Amino acid sequence: MLNCKQATRLMSEAQDHPLALGERLPLRLHLFMCVGCRNYGKQLDFLRAATRELKTGSEPAPKD
Amino acid sequence: MDIDQTTREPIANEHLAAIRPDMLRFARLQLRDAAAAEDAVQEALLAALANARQFAGRSEAKTWVFGILKNKIVDVIRQQSRSCNISSFSDGEESLDQTFETLFKDNAHWTPASRPRDWGSPEAALRQQHFWGVFEVCLNHLPENTARVFMMREFLDFETPEVCQELGITVSNCNVILHRARNALRLCLERGWFTEGEKTC
Repeated sequence: MLNCKQATRLMSEAQDHPLALGERLPLRLHLFMCVGCRNYGKQLDFLRAATRELKTGSEPAPKD
Repeated sequence: MDIDQTTREPIANEHLAAIRPDMLRFARLQLRDAAAAEDAVQEALLAALANARQFAGRSEAKTWVFGILKNKIVDVIRQQSRSCNISSFSDGEESLDQTFETLFKDNAHWTPASRPRDWGSPEAALRQQHFWGVFEVCLNHLPENTARVFMMREFLDFETPEVCQELGITVSNCNVILHRARNALRLCLERGWFTEGEKTC
């Protein structure tokens, strides 16, 4: 069984390359049962969305 | 025949002037060096002016100019990474590691206090100016080497193996650094925006 620490590592790596089947399935099983890690995954997705906007320069500039 | 031809126009000086502050902000975040950022933006603007490309609108022009700027920043990073050694990790990197470890109990599951929370619909934050200020502060708080790896991967479109190759570190080292960087950023956003930010609004 995966623990949360391992699950966060796999979720981070999933942002960089497709996971192997032997990683994907245990991760899915873990996420099914663990709300903390599901939230972690959503937070990483949001982080990716924010960096995307910043790098295309499409975000509203912060007021100084 | 290009039916868009009538609406396409070369990039105007005032367009470039309007984009420049955003370019500077982006370059400073990436390079953490005001003078180097200024130089990179200057070069990108010169390259944009020298190019007679036509654009269908402001946002298309902006995307194109940002593309040029990214290439200039990559050039600067390549020069820097030849002259300094990223594998010499600082206390900053070590403290990110410790922060990460303290989130978990001995059995490697979340401690009750550190279990990641539901941010609701965080996309709404992307349309708020103040959020971007918080995000920049969080990015600037990353230790230098960690920031470099994260920026190359997320902002300059390097694949992880390329980042490692450019910086002379192993793939597993690179994965750990990215993992710690993402963790630090989500913690920073949680503290700076998704908790306190909501309360003050």
